[in-house]
Amino acid sequence: MKHIAIVGASLAGLSAARALRAQGFEGKLTVVGDEARRPYDRPPLSKEFLAGDMTEADLALEADDDELDATWLFGSAATRLDTSTGAIELADGTRVDADAVVLATGSRARRWPGCEELAGVHVIRTIDDALALRADLQPGARLVVIGAGFIGAEVASTARKLGLDVTVVEAAPTPLAGPLGEQLGAIVARAHAANGTTLVCGVGVAGLTGVDRVTGVDLTDGRHLPADAVVVGIGGVPNIDWLRGSGLELGNGVVCGAGGETTVANVVAVGDCSAWYDDSTGAAHRVEHWTGALERPAIAVATLLAGGLHQGTVAKAPYFWSDQYGSRIQFAGIARPGDEITIEDGDCDTRCFLATYRREGRLVAVLGVDQARLFTRWRRQLAAAPSTV
Amino acid sequence: MLEVCPLSELPRGAARRVDVEPPIAVFHTDEGEVFAIDDTCSHQDASLADGWLEGCEVECPLHASRFDLRTGAVDAPPAKLPVRTHAVTVEDGMIRVELSADKPNLPPDIRARLGAGARA
Repeated sequence: MKHIAIVGASLAGLSAARALRAQGFEGKLTVVGDEARRPYDRPPLSKEFLAGDMTEADLALEADDDELDATWLFGSAATRLDTSTGAIELADGTRVDADAVVLATGSRARRWPGCEELAGVHVIRTIDDALALRADLQPGARLVVIGAGFIGAEVASTARKLGLDVTVVEAAPTPLAGPLGEQLGAIVARAHAANGTTLVCGVGVAGLTGVDRVTGVDLTDGRHLPADAVVVGIGGVPNIDWLRGSGLELGNGVVCGAGGETTVANVVAVGDCSAWYDDSTGAAHRVEHWTGALERPAIAVATLLAGGLHQGTVAKAPYFWSDQYGSRIQFAGIARPGDEITIEDGDCDTRCFLATYRREGRLVAVLGVDQARLFTRWRRQLAAAPSTV
Repeated sequence: MLEVCPLSELPRGAARRVDVEPPIAVFHTDEGEVFAIDDTCSHQDASLADGWLEGCEVECPLHASRFDLRTGAVDAPPAKLPVRTHAVTVEDGMIRVELSADKPNLPPDIRARLGAGARA
């Protein structure tokens, strides 16, 4: 391998570049990013950066002593991958003649269909998205957030702090039922009401109103919520369209083995665009967490340097955190309906607790709300637990 | 000198946050040494006293950067800057700390809260 290209210049791409150098790759390294910015940290975009408490400079991911000796190509997306050679074509016509590739193209925010031209309708994925939303977060304005997931909750929390009138609409009967399960999702979501946010659950959105600028949200039960701004927080879509026809197996993400390996020996995939096989569930999952984008590239790079063979290091259990309404939520593992839930410490009424999830007696996930110290202890127990029965 | 607590109240493997401005964390390692560093991770608002202590290193409870208790140096991202260390003495069974006069590397969200807001 003489020339490795990393497609994607966010956390997963940067982590892959660091891992390649740390693991002794001395050849040519090219990093391609579709945004015109150097790698930056996205979690603060719905929180401190949105509130104006952090600057763009604070978001920089690179350290002064990162000596990656890489060629960075910013501002143009990759449009084609030739898996037989490893060559990549970019939208601006540039051709990168690599012989091995790390795919780290991430995901994009899912938008509300048909609202591309409607001012005041936002998603959050990039710095530009956050800057545009920040301009609309004026005290006293009415904000409707579609989706009560973590992004939606964090935006609602930030907007409340800035003095907006906030309503969150969630189609599912219980918020966060996917990641946390119904019981604990409902408890965590009580923070909305406790902080003056109106939460509407179990009702879909029929459409958005307004001609040039959004004026409100129509619900499927006939209600109309007037709005000065709307945030759509309904998940992400992996950026894999450019890989159709490349020969890679694509599902909900680039389908990978447990070491990031794809169906092509000289291509691995990391971060939000990838779906790695997980032994604990027997399926491939897209893990859209910051921590996965930080940690998994080291595993994938080892796979790539070994010619596409997973070297045996197993990815840690998925871990994420969310800061909302002054509370810190931490979760590790994968929860499933029917898991046995135990409150190990604290209590749900004060929303300060540590909960565990067990399946057939085996620890499979841990949730902490304002329990950083205990959470670390339990997360380690989770890591020590055998991943298969 | 800041009087922290009697050594007998801080067992080996334990940590204590001391609410000075900015807060510090005092660790009693499994090997029996006592160290003091700034409590707030240099990356984001997280208390290192809540972190995982292993040898002479503490792992941030939020994003797993590790700080060396002896030097304050950080081993891996996301944190990029070291935390300050503070000189510790244990005399007559009492832990005392001489606070560093260096400038702390506080994370941006804390700087904003302390009034040095980022919004220029």
